[in-house]
Amino acid sequence: MSTFEPNIVGFLCNWCSYAGADLAGVSRIQYPTNMRVIKVMCSGRVEPGMVLELLEAGADGVMVTGCHIGDCHYISGNLHTKRKFALLQRLLAKTGLEPQRIRLEWNSAAEGQRFANLVKEFTEQVRAVGPTPLKAPTPDAAKLLNTRAALAAADGFRLRALVGKEEKLVTEGNVYGDKVAQDEFTEAMDEAVETEFQVHRIHIMLQERPRSVKDMAKQLGLQPKAVLGYVVALRQRGWVDVKEAVEGTPLYAAQ
Amino acid sequence: MAPRIGVFICRCGINIAAYVDVPKVVEYAKTLPGVAYAEENMYTCSSDGLNKIKEAIKKHNLDRVVVASCTPRTHEPLFQATCEEAGVNKYLFEMANIRDQCSWVHMREPEKATKKAKDLIRMAVAKAALLEPDDEPEIDVIPSTLVIGGGVSGMRAALSVADQGFDVTIVEKEPALGGKLRGFDSLFPHKQKASEVLEPLIEKVTTHPRIRVLTESRLKSVYGFIGNFDIGVETGKGVETLKVGTIIVAVGAEVLKPRGLYLYGEDPRVVTQSELEQLLHTGSVNAEKIVMIQCSGSRSAERPYCSRICCNEAVKNALNVTEKGKEVYILYRDLQTYGIHYSRLEQEAKRKGIRFLKYQADKPPTITAEPNGLKVSVYSPTVNETVEVTANMLVLSTPLVPVSDAKELSQMLKVPLDSNGFFMEAHVKLRPIDFATDGIFVCGTAHSPKDIGESVAQALGVASRASIPMAKKRVRTAAIMSQVDQTRCSGCGTCIDVCPYNALRKNEKGLAETIAAVCKGCGVCGATCPEKAITMHHFTDEQIQAQGLAALEED
Ligand code: SF4
Ligand code: SF4
Repeated sequence: MSTFEPNIVGFLCNWCSYAGADLAGVSRIQYPTNMRVIKVMCSGRVEPGMVLELLEAGADGVMVTGCHIGDCHYISGNLHTKRKFALLQRLLAKTGLEPQRIRLEWNSAAEGQRFANLVKEFTEQVRAVGPTPLKAPTPDAAKLLNTRAALAAADGFRLRALVGKEEKLVTEGNVYGDKVAQDEFTEAMDEAVETEFQVHRIHIMLQERPRSVKDMAKQLGLQPKAVLGYVVALRQRGWVDVKEAVEGTPLYAAQ
Repeated sequence: MAPRIGVFICRCGINIAAYVDVPKVVEYAKTLPGVAYAEENMYTCSSDGLNKIKEAIKKHNLDRVVVASCTPRTHEPLFQATCEEAGVNKYLFEMANIRDQCSWVHMREPEKATKKAKDLIRMAVAKAALLEPDDEPEIDVIPSTLVIGGGVSGMRAALSVADQGFDVTIVEKEPALGGKLRGFDSLFPHKQKASEVLEPLIEKVTTHPRIRVLTESRLKSVYGFIGNFDIGVETGKGVETLKVGTIIVAVGAEVLKPRGLYLYGEDPRVVTQSELEQLLHTGSVNAEKIVMIQCSGSRSAERPYCSRICCNEAVKNALNVTEKGKEVYILYRDLQTYGIHYSRLEQEAKRKGIRFLKYQADKPPTITAEPNGLKVSVYSPTVNETVEVTANMLVLSTPLVPVSDAKELSQMLKVPLDSNGFFMEAHVKLRPIDFATDGIFVCGTAHSPKDIGESVAQALGVASRASIPMAKKRVRTAAIMSQVDQTRCSGCGTCIDVCPYNALRKNEKGLAETIAAVCKGCGVCGATCPEKAITMHHFTDEQIQAQGLAALEED
């Protein structure tokens, strides 16, 4: 039996990690062939949605690498990477995909050996969790729905706005000078991630066909009351509305 | 119009071709969507290879070019220039790194390496199909330089810039020019008096018609970018604004005063090497037996670096006091008297009877204050026993440490510090006195501990680097930058908060806009904007997505 060869995509920042990968090459340090590299100027360019999109499309693993904290070519870009990656981890946890499928690492331009080790370790890590359940043509339908919902949530206004303001809120405070403690922020983030994830799950389901609250609650394993709450939120956003009422039960559909 | 992409696959002699089946990859490349032409070259970067790219562009009417070869970090500018010569905008060029990140790291797996090379080319082609031409903004350069710091490095740099015909303003926080050198007695390796070097230099600087000196002044604010910096300087008389084209950071360093270490600050007989300099300067060294301890506060967990100058300074001062008939012991961990001059000084010191005693980092000397002297006990690994010396004076060779406002300055200038807190260059070997931020340069001990000769060499280097854009009068900046779609922006200001360079501002409508010449193209704002209103040129969402999805396709 041939061993499973994971398909891995790596985002490398131009200045440190990509240079570290080049150094591994110049030093002829051998490592597995599984990772395909996308060069970005700064790891801070990588959006949670970009990673989720690759997982949705069937990547077995995605690695993001940047300069070490404090050595960022763009001064503070990797601090944003860190916060965005934390959001990505939260969203991934909702999907049912294994957390080992993503990894964030810092690698300097001088660390060729370390880069090779990282690729090797990550390849082994992904190999150990096995092929992605999302691979066409027979993806796990529930996990695929979850991943799509996580992707939509990551690309949506609310989570992007929150993670964008995080650095400033916890370090400098808002316009009134009120500083938010990191754990308070984390709590608000958890709540937002859960809501956005559920709202988008329901939205995607309703894009497929009209459904009742009860029907969705059953499929999603949620309380009907909770689903109703999310449907109300979706109606407020103007994303869904009542399509028809069948025997007194309203059926909702995406707008 | 469908793109017409040309793919040039380099054999790099045997560097690529020995591990990747290049002809097979060429055949594969021809099948990719958008590819109008593909060929292999022995060395794509040779003039022959470059000519072939230009010919193919003409002959096959190519509008985008992909080169699969080595790393874009070294070769992209060359290939881009070739494209431009043949009339293809440089931003319509893309590279696939099939050497440094493929053939060289998969030498034992030629089949898999060939597959990966195909994948990398497919990804590059997918991105190339979506590339768009860009113009690089061109801006005027104000012919004036700001030098921060009036020590020997700052003064030498200022003189050299001014002699090339540009205006210079030196901002110095102390009341007088001279920096650390003011506290020195004599200079190694030739034992020349510090004042003989310093005074003529200060005289030249203060009388130069193109140099202005602001003493007791501090940088308050820095806005702008290469060619057009707006500087706020707080002088005794209020805040003065300056407009300059380039900036030189020559703020120097400070000497560590290690309170609590080896009784420093507790017993007046314990001084630092630089305090000994001052005592030598005033001629009041009242001690017959002197012990010096190297690496006092350096090469430790807290400060892992070697401060480079202290071994030489210790040997020099030891020689000076020996001439006055004193007895000197130098306790060292590794004596780093590097180079031609300093190793000669070390030999001289040994000849003149200065005693060198090695100690171990994990068994540092212990000091006990006694009425008749300071008892120094140290375990010597060379003789495998503890040696005791009672001295009248203990001199600590302490490292140079970053200036106390280094962090504040680095944030104002948007330039990085290294893990030790010194100002960090763009590249150790290729751009050793530039910052990654265009138009800002660093020299002297602000960058790392170094001696005067090395500082002056850097000062002359930055003077020439800083003068180049001023002599050219105009500069181009990379087109990799953000662009705000005004129809989608809500004016929330998040992008402004996260931009490390203040490269975004609100326009009169309260909506965000990029200041093209300031943006460094990191993409943090684009990844952050809640409305997804920001497009990153050359790294658009669509381009990155296409590259990623192409990575997952089967060949
Ligand atoms: S973050 Fe986006 S929406 Fe907010 S001001 Fe910037 S461009 Fe506009
Ligand atoms: S790309 Fe980076 S430097 Fe340019 S405006 Fe955005 S955050 Fe600032």
